[in-house]
Amino acid sequence: MSTNRRKFLNILLGIGGIGGLTILTYPILSYLIPPKSPKPKVNSVKAGSATAFPANSYKIIKFGRKPVILVKTDQGKFVALSATCTHLDCIVQYKKDTKQIWCACHNGIYDLNGRNVSGPPPRPLKSFAVKIVKDEIIITQAG
Amino acid sequence: MFKNSFSKLVNWLDTRYDLSPVKELIQHKKVPLHKFSMFYYLGGIALFLFIVQVITGILLLMYYKPGEESAFESVRFIVTEVNFGWLVRNIHSWSANLMIFFAFAHMFSVYFTKAFKKPRELTWVTGFLLLALGMGFGFSGYLLPWNELAFFATKVGTDIAGAIPIVGSTIKEVLRGGDDVTGATLSRFYGIHVAILPLLFTFLLTMHLFFIQKQGMHEPDSFKKLPEDKKRYTPFFPNFALKDALLWLVVFNILLLLALIFPWELGIKADPFASAPAGIKPEWYFMFMFQTLKFIPAHVLFIEGEILGILGFGVAGLVWLFVPFIKIKEKFNSKFDLMKWIGIVIIVYMILLTIFGYVSSSTA
Ligand code: HEM
Ligand code: FES
Repeated sequence: MSTNRRKFLNILLGIGGIGGLTILTYPILSYLIPPKSPKPKVNSVKAGSATAFPANSYKIIKFGRKPVILVKTDQGKFVALSATCTHLDCIVQYKKDTKQIWCACHNGIYDLNGRNVSGPPPRPLKSFAVKIVKDEIIITQAG
Repeated sequence: MFKNSFSKLVNWLDTRYDLSPVKELIQHKKVPLHKFSMFYYLGGIALFLFIVQVITGILLLMYYKPGEESAFESVRFIVTEVNFGWLVRNIHSWSANLMIFFAFAHMFSVYFTKAFKKPRELTWVTGFLLLALGMGFGFSGYLLPWNELAFFATKVGTDIAGAIPIVGSTIKEVLRGGDDVTGATLSRFYGIHVAILPLLFTFLLTMHLFFIQKQGMHEPDSFKKLPEDKKRYTPFFPNFALKDALLWLVVFNILLLLALIFPWELGIKADPFASAPAGIKPEWYFMFMFQTLKFIPAHVLFIEGEILGILGFGVAGLVWLFVPFIKIKEKFNSKFDLMKWIGIVIIVYMILLTIFGYVSSSTA
């Protein structure tokens, strides 16, 4: 009788203990997953004066929470691409000498159309549309 | 006089709590004397450096302020305004690297002397976990000054974690505290660095040291084979412990010298909207893994190269963790020590890839 009682209590304690721990894990794990903050719905941003932007140079623009690289070519044409390297998330730059987009992290290279031409990047950079309205550069989500 | 009052205190405690098990634990261990005896100091040095980390870390905490707008500024304040702040920070940074170095050296020394074998399996397992936690300390601490190099290194590091199949994206999100490396990441790394890791580390370290104290030092085969009268020992307490203390003093002086001569760079503040500068690289003890990932082609058969690399290191780490439980048949040729050669290949591989990583990142 007394060993039965002990067995019963042990089982009860076991189930209670394991159950309790599992029940605790769930809220802790979900607590650690950050809540989705609503993405600011940005469709276009202004990027300053088109004439004041020096040719053969670049700027990183805040597009909502994401960086976008804005390049003015030698010919005065504007190109905007996602600045987030498709390899491991670094932010790319424009190389004046080679006229290419370069990622310093692991030597990834893209052309001005965003195509990954050499190095580790697996995918092209997404491109953005650039309009000039009364000398104001406006970058918009393409498509 | 001093000794007298100390033994009085011990007596006082002894009559109340019976200290004989503690005395037993302290006194029974003896250290074998042989040509590899100096290996016995390596773990102790790592232990000393961990203590240094705890002390300097707590000091840094008095002024450090996590947060995108305050972390970099507070570290600059520590090194420029606070009395001896530069010294505390330099010691913390140098000691962190030396601790990892000595933990590696210690690990390979117990590997090659086969000290991990029965009955010391769990000493090995806790030890390897300590090294892994030590690397976690390094990775999380690197970001805390919120400078440009660390910012991008963290982006890359967490993005690699994100490539793990199935759970990767969740791990990445949990580590970053969101989609990107931001102030939220800094808060998390701070919590990991100053609360979670110290807790786990202290727990494992206590077990590690308890196991060693309980089982005594491992004797290499060459020593075990000696006739009883040729075996020489020194008592762990106080003889070996005093030598340990002396060596700690030497290490501490080296540490001070390094901290004085080679101050740790602060660099420039992280800007999430600036291009990554050249020279982004992980801390040296991640370099061999990082360099391996660069060597694997983008696609191997149908798997992405990166994923293959991560899985490879994951499996290798697990195998290494459970090395004491792996039985390799030693019968076919007793002259050829397979375990030894595997260890040598691993070390050579790690050193070569690390050198390669530094050479290639400085020319890229
Ligand atoms: C920061 C981390 C570590 C600290 C503070 C530490 C500390 C120590 C200390 C003080 C000793 C006794 C003296 C000695 O043999 O050197 C020891 C022994 C030992 N450690 Fe560690 N250790 C660490 C990491 C590791 C690692 C990474 C491993 C292996 C994966 C490991 C495996 C062992 C083993 C097997 C022994 C027993 C050696 C023997 O009995 O001769 N330890 N450790
Ligand atoms: S992150 Fe750009 S090349 Fe690796």
